[in-house]
Amino acid sequence: MSKKEFALYIEDLTVSFDGFKAVDNLNLYIDKDELHVVIGPNGAGKTTVLDLICGKTKSTAGSIKFQDTELTELSEHEIVHAGVGRKFQTPSIYENLSVYDNLEVSYPKGRSVFGSLTFKRTEEVDARVREVANEIFLGDFLEMEAALLSHGQKQWLEIGMLLIQDPQLLMLDEPVAGMSVKEREQTAELLKRICKGRSMLVIEHDMDFVAKIAHKVTVLHQGKILAAGDMQAVQNNPKVIEVYLGH
Amino acid sequence: MNFVYDRLLGGKNGAIGFAVLAVLILVILPLGLDLFRLNLVGKYLTYAFAAVSLVLLWGYGGVLSLGQGVFFGLGGYCMAMFLKLEASDPESTKIQSTPGIPDFMDWNQLTELPWFWAPFDSFGFTMLAVIVIPTIFAFIIGYSMFKRRVGGVYFAIITQAIALIMTVLIVGQQGYTGGINGITDLKTLNGWDIRDDSSKYILYFINAFMLFGVIIISRYILTSKFGRLLLAMRDKEDRVRFSGYDVASFKIFIFCISAAISALGGAMFTLQVGFMSPSFVGIVPSIEMVIFAAVGGRMSLIGAVYGTLLVNYGKSAFSESFPELWLFLMGGLFIAVVMFFPNGLAGIWEKHGKKWLGCIQKMQCVNAVKVMIVNKRASRLETVKE
Repeated sequence: MSKKEFALYIEDLTVSFDGFKAVDNLNLYIDKDELHVVIGPNGAGKTTVLDLICGKTKSTAGSIKFQDTELTELSEHEIVHAGVGRKFQTPSIYENLSVYDNLEVSYPKGRSVFGSLTFKRTEEVDARVREVANEIFLGDFLEMEAALLSHGQKQWLEIGMLLIQDPQLLMLDEPVAGMSVKEREQTAELLKRICKGRSMLVIEHDMDFVAKIAHKVTVLHQGKILAAGDMQAVQNNPKVIEVYLGH
Repeated sequence: MNFVYDRLLGGKNGAIGFAVLAVLILVILPLGLDLFRLNLVGKYLTYAFAAVSLVLLWGYGGVLSLGQGVFFGLGGYCMAMFLKLEASDPESTKIQSTPGIPDFMDWNQLTELPWFWAPFDSFGFTMLAVIVIPTIFAFIIGYSMFKRRVGGVYFAIITQAIALIMTVLIVGQQGYTGGINGITDLKTLNGWDIRDDSSKYILYFINAFMLFGVIIISRYILTSKFGRLLLAMRDKEDRVRFSGYDVASFKIFIFCISAAISALGGAMFTLQVGFMSPSFVGIVPSIEMVIFAAVGGRMSLIGAVYGTLLVNYGKSAFSESFPELWLFLMGGLFIAVVMFFPNGLAGIWEKHGKKWLGCIQKMQCVNAVKVMIVNKRASRLETVKE
């Protein structure tokens, strides 16, 4: 390991489900301001890595350290409080609530039972909700019920719900799935913009999209790292070509 | 002022609904019904506490409890214990082999008051216990269920099992609880006779005002961020969890609140009806409470009250002529409501009633405009004549 200080250290991370190792001795380091993309064929363990970081799945061995906090020992909401935000693969928003309420509910104040009972919609909250809504291209849809948004807009909304918490590590699971070409472009711009000042970990299948946004790429295969580096190097790696095109 | 109007009454629609209900309960029913019927309505309104609690817990929180009767019963029993001790002073129980203890204890060969009965001698303690004991019990159940992420059907089944266990326990421990007969022959509250006519009126109104208080507090909870989080949790629990909220503690809190509300209803039940028995604790009353909320509309605090009144009215009207058919009818009603009107009476009102009302208002407007035009013409004609 180099002397360089990283934001996220994943070391020797292993999880086994009844003997099957979905993630096997994984080592991954992510810097601040870095947009790191994980690619790999189906069943490579990409989503499992995100599950492990955000606490949805408990690891069998290894450590996940984020800004000097050991995440493997924390519960899900404590991990969020430590500055980790995670978007799920299928857009996971509150369909019954308006776009505004979706964002406001995610605002990181009033997170305890009594805090939420006495939470007030101050100008500060209102301004922040509108700011984030504009950033995710939903400024004109604030009063709309979230269920009525298009699939792509739902993806944006979920990203917005994370942004409003200003996480230091933002993890996105297939953010452009189901998006039109234009929406993909907008999303690429969005991700480049919001990546400043934080670390990002993105899972994506769309290679053009990955090429547009990635600072670094890691290829996972059967729970292990197959290759890592910039997009160019990874794409030309014979092992990667073998995994994706071979058999 | 705005806070009271928007947050506690629920804006214009909420305030109107609240006012209509208040007029019905405070004016129309007391004027229109004889004391016997009014006392019956008072009894139904104590069930409405449980129905309102289910709106919070089930309608908004998405947690179906089939054991609200347990909390209703606990509140009722706490109250009954106090009243029973007051009714069992040594003077009026001197024919017993141990005077000064409740009669059913004497029949069961108990010779002294059990330790857990002793504190219910105090009025202050009892008032506290009515709320606190069911809440603590709900906390224990909620903590052990929600922290382990037990939810949905499993939670419903477990609460139902608890309701059953509670009944079996009460019936089995006859000497301590009065068994299947319950705690009966309650007479006075701090020396105030709760059986005469004037006190029945007073209790009815106290009960009504407490119900309004509960609705207002519930409204406050539902219009806060907490209320939106409840809806969010019902919809996407994981998203809430991974947005930094400890989902379990929110569920525990709303479960405790709903228990406290039900318990309040139970205590008022004991005061108005004059006894408490296991038949208000078990599975059937617990499910009935769910039906009240479902029929009234599980997303509507006010609707739940109407649902309770209506179903109970139907129950007493129908079971007078066909007692054995009532349960089947009630089951059918529940299925029909869930299948065709998932938001109950309140949902039907939202969908059709308002349109209808709007129509009437519009017609009135049109009429008013017509009258105006006619008047103007008339006055113009008059000026011309002059």
